[in-house]
Amino acid sequence: MQLLALQELVHKTRDTRRAQTLPKFPANERDTLIKKYHPDHRESAYRPIKFGPNAGDMTVRELAALLEGESPVPADLDLTPAYTVDVLVVGGGGAGCAAALHAHAHGAKVMLATKLRLGDSNTVMAQGGIQIAITNEDSPVQHFLDTLKGGHMKNDHLLLKTMVEEGPSIAKWLLDLGVLFDRDADGNLHVKKGGGSSKPRLLTCSDYTGLEIMRVLKDEVLNQKIQLLEFSAAVELLSDEQGRCSGAVLQDLDNKRFLPVAAKTVILATGGIGRLHIQGFPTSNHFGATGDALPMSYRLGAKLLQIDTFQYHPTGAVYPEQLVGALVTEGIRSEGGHLVNAKGERFVNELDTRDVVSSSIIRECEEGRGVRTATGRLGVWLDTPLLDVESGPGTLEKHFPAMVRQYKRYGLDITKDPVLIYPTLHYQNGGVQIDVHGESGVPNLFVAGEASGGLHGRNRLMGNSLLDLMVYGKRAGTATATRAQSMSHGRLTLDHLRRFRDEARKHGASLETHSPMLFPDYVRKEA
Amino acid sequence: MDQKAFDSNVLIDQEEVLRPKMVTVEIAGKKYEVPEGITVIKALWYSGQEVIHGVGCLGGYCGACATYYRTKDDPKVRTCLACSTAVEDGMSFSMMAPFPARKATYQMAELKDPKQDLFNLYPEAPMCRNCNACTEACPQGIDVRDGVWKAVFGDFKSVSEMFMDCVMCGLCTPVCIADIAPNLVALYASRAQGAHFMEKPKRLQERIGEIEQGHYTKEWDRILGMNDQELKDVCAAIK
Repeated sequence: MQLLALQELVHKTRDTRRAQTLPKFPANERDTLIKKYHPDHRESAYRPIKFGPNAGDMTVRELAALLEGESPVPADLDLTPAYTVDVLVVGGGGAGCAAALHAHAHGAKVMLATKLRLGDSNTVMAQGGIQIAITNEDSPVQHFLDTLKGGHMKNDHLLLKTMVEEGPSIAKWLLDLGVLFDRDADGNLHVKKGGGSSKPRLLTCSDYTGLEIMRVLKDEVLNQKIQLLEFSAAVELLSDEQGRCSGAVLQDLDNKRFLPVAAKTVILATGGIGRLHIQGFPTSNHFGATGDALPMSYRLGAKLLQIDTFQYHPTGAVYPEQLVGALVTEGIRSEGGHLVNAKGERFVNELDTRDVVSSSIIRECEEGRGVRTATGRLGVWLDTPLLDVESGPGTLEKHFPAMVRQYKRYGLDITKDPVLIYPTLHYQNGGVQIDVHGESGVPNLFVAGEASGGLHGRNRLMGNSLLDLMVYGKRAGTATATRAQSMSHGRLTLDHLRRFRDEARKHGASLETHSPMLFPDYVRKEA
Repeated sequence: MDQKAFDSNVLIDQEEVLRPKMVTVEIAGKKYEVPEGITVIKALWYSGQEVIHGVGCLGGYCGACATYYRTKDDPKVRTCLACSTAVEDGMSFSMMAPFPARKATYQMAELKDPKQDLFNLYPEAPMCRNCNACTEACPQGIDVRDGVWKAVFGDFKSVSEMFMDCVMCGLCTPVCIADIAPNLVALYASRAQGAHFMEKPKRLQERIGEIEQGHYTKEWDRILGMNDQELKDVCAAIK
């Protein structure tokens, strides 16, 4: 059937579907569905890591290669520091800015280094909101339980409890900085319901929550005159004679020079791995999402957690070609948007957890109920016009201006016609193991945000990432600043790298893969 | 969109991807053949250029890829975000170099009279000469000129609403003949609106108090004292 005729079917079946209520999957059926269709269970995409702190653990091939990869730093690099600071923050997204601001506020001498510009990150793209339990019907305990359920009971309890309890004070901090969260008529914060959550608890700034938070944090980093190095990528960590972290080697991407930085503590806030295009998936992530913290902290001896599980956001754009992989916010499903297969049927409760929804979309497509675009991509419909039908004309335009604009650029009107979607690689569920202050297994090495692991279990709930960034950015910033007051700088050595290279040689690891990757290589080589 | 436009879109898409139609574009003065319809940033990669300055989120949110372009035979130089604009035959473009605009620094919480302080922080703001170039330069379709005037007249609320879409690409700044950086003025006004002129949400403050006073301690003890199976049962029962 023609795409247009299939699209017509979405319009025709709308009224029938509106009358339906679809139950969420019962626990046992949910597990069967995920095992059969979720990309995390595609065995051929995985292999064991050969050596290092996670030797023998399974992860995706793309990441395993980076973890075993070769550092770009020569063993005899002159380590005379170009900069000496208390706290070096690596990464200019939400977690990095929060960490830098809190460390600065606690009196530390802070440097923030980022390989792109300040604010170029996944945070800036977050559309769905930030989960914070503030209503009378809701509580931090309920937030904890919802997250635990969503994470398949694999979340670190202490990390999670800390996050949900500090949520409200984070909201206050952001409001005081001038972040404009949506309000109810009585002046209280407006809350929306997110997928996998039992209560409405998403605070939003229309569908620009990440942009609004990032604009304000960026401005604040500049106002506080925190030392900022843009287009300067961390490529290796430094260690003292006891293996504790004592700084990092940055590389100025404009002149390629190495810049050793002596730091009492380092906070890695480098984000996730979408641009590794695991299993060939398109991604919603920003250009620099190459998981740099993982190989760097691994070489220094930090243990990683749950690096076999990734989040494929259910609704990535499939059409038009220019938008492939881009996110269509979950907010549209939160407000009642249906997922519809080629037969015009709903097939999942749209507000089930992301892994369940993604798995069912893949099931529909693999079992022949997907819609094929002219470019050969498969997807299912997201019935966007339904929102205007349910809540009155103008609803989409008012609540999702970014979405409407994104499609309008290519001549598509999502208020009139549904859009085609398919899961897109969105989030690294695991990462570097941290304690409740954000410290990794390596003393004086802290990790915050998506680069860290444990908090989200095997599946992250919508709106929990922004909260994670703010809470653990704050905790890492505060802890490092406090520690800086009672310690001196350690020696700067690359001893850990020598040990790592010995180990790599012993296990016959390929020296061809360099890590961190820094950027995906999209440049066409031959004309 | 109407049906005819949709039909033509599907057809174009088929042509493009199955047998990509090549078009000629001019990048910073050199001509290259690239597939029609790919984004400006992909055209740069396709022509063999490494781009680091000027690539960010690739989704139209971060404003890193501010670009000037001109279409065939049209004298008008327009602006766009390179990650979310499709190339067409005869198009010429260059990415905008970073522009050294002055950002005022301030301690937001310590401002006593933010609407008056605007004139100390950005004394050039009221010098707008109404040329409207900023509005024409905005790839987000914001009425930038009107926003600057609203900020000057103290209507920070309207500014904050108008600039919620602002990606801080800075394309409004180099065109200003009065040396105003409208996006920075708007950011200041929006932050001040949030920090100084919005009601403090009562319910939030109450919740913070409840947590501080240990209101949830008993419930936490009960939940965290459970074994794995009990906890699983509690979670399974959540509707």
